[in-house]
Amino acid sequence: MLELTVFSLLNGLVYGLLLFMLSAGLTLIFSMMGVLNFAHAGLYMLGAYFAYSISTKVGFWPGLVVAPVLVGVVGALIERYGLRNVHRYGHVAELIFTFGIAFLIEETVQLVWGKQTMDYHGPAMLDFPLFALWGIEFPAYKAFMLAISIGIFIALLVVLTRTRVGLIIQAAISHPNQVAMLGHNVPLVFTGVFGFGSALAGLAGVIAGPELGTSPGMASVLGSIVFVVIVVGGLGSLWGAFLASLLIGMLQTFAVAVDYSLNDLFAAIGIPPDKTGALSDLYSATLAQIGPILPYLLMVVILIFRPTGLLGKREV
Amino acid sequence: MLNRRQFTRLAAALAAGLVALPTLAADPVRVAFIDPLSGPFASVGTYGLHQFQFTAEEINKAGGVLGGRKLEVIGFDNKVSPKESLIQLKRVIGDGIQFIVQGNSSGVAHALIDAVTKQDERNPDHRVLYLNYSAVDPALTNEDCSYWHFRFDANADMKMNALTDVIATNKNMKRIYIIGQDYSFGKAVAAAAVRDLASKRPDIQIVGNELHPIGKVKDFSPYIAKIKAAGAQAVITGNWGADMLNLAKAAQDAGLEIPFYTYYAAGNGITKAIGTGGIGKVRLVSEGTMNPPLTKAWSDEMKRFKAKYPDEDWTQPRVSNTLHMLALAINKAGSTEPAKVAAALEGMHYTALWGDKVTMRASDHQLQMPVRIQVQTNKGIEFDLDNSGLGLLNEETVSAENASTPTTCKMKRP
Repeated sequence: MLELTVFSLLNGLVYGLLLFMLSAGLTLIFSMMGVLNFAHAGLYMLGAYFAYSISTKVGFWPGLVVAPVLVGVVGALIERYGLRNVHRYGHVAELIFTFGIAFLIEETVQLVWGKQTMDYHGPAMLDFPLFALWGIEFPAYKAFMLAISIGIFIALLVVLTRTRVGLIIQAAISHPNQVAMLGHNVPLVFTGVFGFGSALAGLAGVIAGPELGTSPGMASVLGSIVFVVIVVGGLGSLWGAFLASLLIGMLQTFAVAVDYSLNDLFAAIGIPPDKTGALSDLYSATLAQIGPILPYLLMVVILIFRPTGLLGKREV
Repeated sequence: MLNRRQFTRLAAALAAGLVALPTLAADPVRVAFIDPLSGPFASVGTYGLHQFQFTAEEINKAGGVLGGRKLEVIGFDNKVSPKESLIQLKRVIGDGIQFIVQGNSSGVAHALIDAVTKQDERNPDHRVLYLNYSAVDPALTNEDCSYWHFRFDANADMKMNALTDVIATNKNMKRIYIIGQDYSFGKAVAAAAVRDLASKRPDIQIVGNELHPIGKVKDFSPYIAKIKAAGAQAVITGNWGADMLNLAKAAQDAGLEIPFYTYYAAGNGITKAIGTGGIGKVRLVSEGTMNPPLTKAWSDEMKRFKAKYPDEDWTQPRVSNTLHMLALAINKAGSTEPAKVAAALEGMHYTALWGDKVTMRASDHQLQMPVRIQVQTNKGIEFDLDNSGLGLLNEETVSAENASTPTTCKMKRP
């Protein structure tokens, strides 16, 4: 049991921190511009594809740096020449705009790279088991993913709370007009934040691509779960996103390890299991089987009992 | 010279002639391929389509059907969704296509068999014939059988029967883990494994019987940790497509080096992902054979396929049987009318390109054929997979008689 717990913990940590890299950009963009960016997961996918193309030419490491920058530029362009023009028509228009961009990215990726899964893999130098516990190996690449995401989290915190840029960003979130009065270029800050958020999503794609597969479906797989993360964490809260990412990562990983069903619960409190009734399928489904819906269940519960999310300040 | 009116008339006549032309005898016999061409199972579907189109070309080169009409296979993307499949089926029927082939996902197959049967019973003038080349839920040729459905792949029970025969010979095998996709096929595989192992080797303990969401799991590490923690000595899985690829990848990452008994762990990048770690460990049950190819005709055909699609492999030899038998049945019936073709297919004998003698059993429309156990290796491989130097070597052949399983089908004939 212990070995399962330790490895579920490690796997949950890797997955949770990956979710954080995606949701950090999303929640920053939302808190600053009030835009729910549906194209965010698409940018994550772009990151993986860019890095794949670069890796076939010059290897993995240049891709790790160049691909997020490219995605950041794409994001900045989307903001500067798309979103900014749509902005004056209100939030609904912005929402629909990003929705359209999401489709556009997915279709473009299929046009350029095709519908197949790309053969994108991590660098050979990380292709070894870092350590083995109870005969199960932990790949070095996963440790590398962990390190990158923790590094990003710390860097984000430092930039936002300890630097001048961070100060301006925080001010622009709550008092955009006043910041503009003080002579700061608020639209430029917006473009920068959008670009930076996109680059973060791109970086997540770069490191997740080899592990989770680089295919046109990769955006939709994480797209919805990322929204769950920022709603649970509280829209606009970086710490909230961090907590919620880990929570959901652990939730999904640990659910897999648990084979108990409602019938087992009934048995434990002395009710005979229902094997024939209309709901018997529901009662006999194990936690491992319903694992994928748990985050959505959590989101519904959070929305009912704490509409601001775990650490958020405003209602969804 | 023509005046303006004459010119218009001439043009109209020419145009009418052009429009009328395609309805002549050269009209191709169209076959609708309803399978995933996008999403997590896109590669399985796309490669399958290529194998069908390639086989159609081979048949056309040899003269086509009905004295010169060509076979044309057209892809319809169903995204492995039963709902999308039914929409595509409507399109197919609307287009006047009389044959559909489908293989990926028994969930889709259940939806299609139902819709096709209703269509054919209610609209005798617009019938379609459903040729299933790969959906292997046994129910499709048992309790849910239909006169309008023919299956060209061995069903999950036949395959598990062969797999468990091999497992049963290993006296040291005591603990087995079953993992599969959470839908009709995954459940059928698990049920067959439990049943067959209980009768052949009651001493083997099933230490895990797990179903995971189909096409949703990207990282199988938690499942691998669970398999390891259960102390399994071997894994049985029916996973296919991305679910098999990711399972194999996670097993490699975690250093889980125990035998895998599988239905579909080859090609589509899977062989490459398993790599040399799978030599002698990964086994697969299938109908055809790549190494040795057995006949020159089959070897040549695989070479021509490889020349046309260098990055792909002929992973589903049953595709060849499906289309060749359809062509034979059309010729035998002298028509493309589905009812006549179905009658011609019933009980049909055919010799596969690799020499196997197969028969379409009339009582349930399940093709009776030899089943093979193949092992992943790098020795004696003439046709490798994923250009990896690794491939499948035939280890054991179960004859058609021994592979056969009884049916409970009560066929309703028109």
